[in-house]
Amino acid sequence: APRARLTLPPCQVSSAAAATGAYPKRVKVVEVGPRDGLQNEKNVVPTPVKINLINMLSETGLQVIEATSFVSPKWVPQMADHTEVMQGINKLPGISYPVLTPNLKGFQAAVAAGAKEVSIFGAASEKFTQKNINCSIEESLERFEEVMKAAKEVNIPVRGYVSCVLGCPYEGKISAAKVAEVSKKMYSMGCYEISLGDTIGVGTPGSMKEMLTVVMKEVPVGALAVHCHDTYGQALANILVALQMGVSVVDASVAGLGGCPYAQGASGNVATEDLVYMLNGLGIHTGVDLQKLMDTGTFICNALNRKTNSKVSQASCRL
Amino acid sequence: MGTVPSALKHCLSYQHLLKEQLWIAEPPAAAHPAQELQASGLPEYIKIVEVGPRDGLQNEKVIVPTDTKIELINQLSKTGLPAIEVTSFVSSKWVPQMADHEEVMRGIERHPGVQYPVLTPNLQGFHSAIAAGATEVSVFGAASESFSKMNINCSIEESIERFEEVIKSARDMNIPVRGYVSCALGCPYEGNVVPDKVAEVSKRLYSMGCYEISLGDTIGVGTPGSMKKMLEAVMKEIPLSALAVHCHDTYGQALANILTAIQMGVAVVDSSVAGLGGCPYAKGATGNVATEDVIYMLNGLGINTGVNLHAVMEAGNFICTALNKKTNSKVAQASFSTGSIN
Repeated sequence: APRARLTLPPCQVSSAAAATGAYPKRVKVVEVGPRDGLQNEKNVVPTPVKINLINMLSETGLQVIEATSFVSPKWVPQMADHTEVMQGINKLPGISYPVLTPNLKGFQAAVAAGAKEVSIFGAASEKFTQKNINCSIEESLERFEEVMKAAKEVNIPVRGYVSCVLGCPYEGKISAAKVAEVSKKMYSMGCYEISLGDTIGVGTPGSMKEMLTVVMKEVPVGALAVHCHDTYGQALANILVALQMGVSVVDASVAGLGGCPYAQGASGNVATEDLVYMLNGLGIHTGVDLQKLMDTGTFICNALNRKTNSKVSQASCRL
Repeated sequence: MGTVPSALKHCLSYQHLLKEQLWIAEPPAAAHPAQELQASGLPEYIKIVEVGPRDGLQNEKVIVPTDTKIELINQLSKTGLPAIEVTSFVSSKWVPQMADHEEVMRGIERHPGVQYPVLTPNLQGFHSAIAAGATEVSVFGAASESFSKMNINCSIEESIERFEEVIKSARDMNIPVRGYVSCALGCPYEGNVVPDKVAEVSKRLYSMGCYEISLGDTIGVGTPGSMKKMLEAVMKEIPLSALAVHCHDTYGQALANILTAIQMGVAVVDSSVAGLGGCPYAKGATGNVATEDVIYMLNGLGINTGVNLHAVMEAGNFICTALNKKTNSKVAQASFSTGSIN
């Protein structure tokens, strides 16, 4: 058959689904490409490219863009330019630019560089915490308590991440009760939102549902977000289930930037383009311009000299 | 986020986790066809229809030698898959990749309990298929006039008349016929496709005698939103137990769409080992959803398929090596990387 011109399908606004209460009417998309994405890419990206990436993302309608991580460059060389990036980006009104701050020192550097929102990372697995930051979950929470206190004093909101919510590369299965326990602790410490991360992407709609059911007993659903990795292709299905349960904040990475450090060659973050495509099709409002997002994805993939991980981008590209 | 050990391949816990998730052990006892719903409202059993050897290979750039095809099908026959679409009895002028249809049909091992349907676009193809030993056939309709014209050079109505002949002959010989409806969620030429049109064509094929109607998102543009609307319209005309979904992953929506379908009670899902088969309408884009990824999801939902995921991954590895290409299955990609499969 002759090659048909495949244009981007119109937004299939299905108000029926949203109206029946099956899905949230609006979803906040938290863009983690510049931080979680770039941190897990093989190639280190020059500072001006990072700044341009974030500036382009700021034009897409995204309300939250995780900009960088104030962690020692000894541990994460890809984020060594955190101060330069934070000071170099255009900060558009109405857009939040959270940064990671693993400890008080990082927090102070972040605030000095102009950060107005920070994030801290816990985990639902002892072994993962040990391997990753060399201490127990309890000790990590004590460390975060310092950050929380300092943040409260300067009215800086703190987002909490919980890693390994659907499985751990070291412990294997993770109990939903443990996820709920860590989430609850971080929420009561003062995190305004808890992002539940399927760090190795092993989760399925079954385990997602089970985990959320338990967590939602301890943390209100309005304060929950999901951060799904697509390593096993399950991300959008997992996100769909989370939405059906009332979650309305979803993390994603432009072009699906960021591989999986636990499975060489495998993918990591779910692609923002593919997520927005799905949300559009469900009639859920995100405020994001998909075309501009795809253009941004094209930009960063060219800069990284790699193919996109977004299927929507791949399909829409006419070579 | 701190240091990451490089030797995770040898991490036993990860292996164990994956083995649980991948159900590398033998699958649960053979499923019974009665569609019971779990407490979750999902079917207890889902029939997977493997379309890799036909839909997959037909849409691959590289033409695969006959014995490779036969070997692939033989490997798939050992995985627990209940249905494997073998080939297409269509003129080799149109589909050169399927020119060896007779040889393949005659050459494969036929495992008891496994169906081996073949495509038969017309009466001539049907007769050849029967002569070559086929015991189940499929016909392909479309929910879009433009697609029908472009693909098989006639209107939907004319194509249905053509299939009428096939179905009649098949009925005379007690040969079950499966009906496909293409462009169920969008058409490369017409764009939007109205759910009622899908329902209309499906109903025609079903009343003519097709035992099952596979609704195909041919260009993968569908989303859970459009899937739901389309199924609601079709389910008014056709019993749930006669419906299947054939989702393409061109826009990454396949698993979410399949999940939506099974939440509505659909219990038959088409997929392609290793996600074989690109999209002829979007160069470089993917097509069929990968069987491995579907099974991984269904396993995680506690839904029985009777299929051994590990065995499917091995078959996928075999065919990708033969095609000299990377798998389109994320499960296979991740599993090979962690050393869970060697």
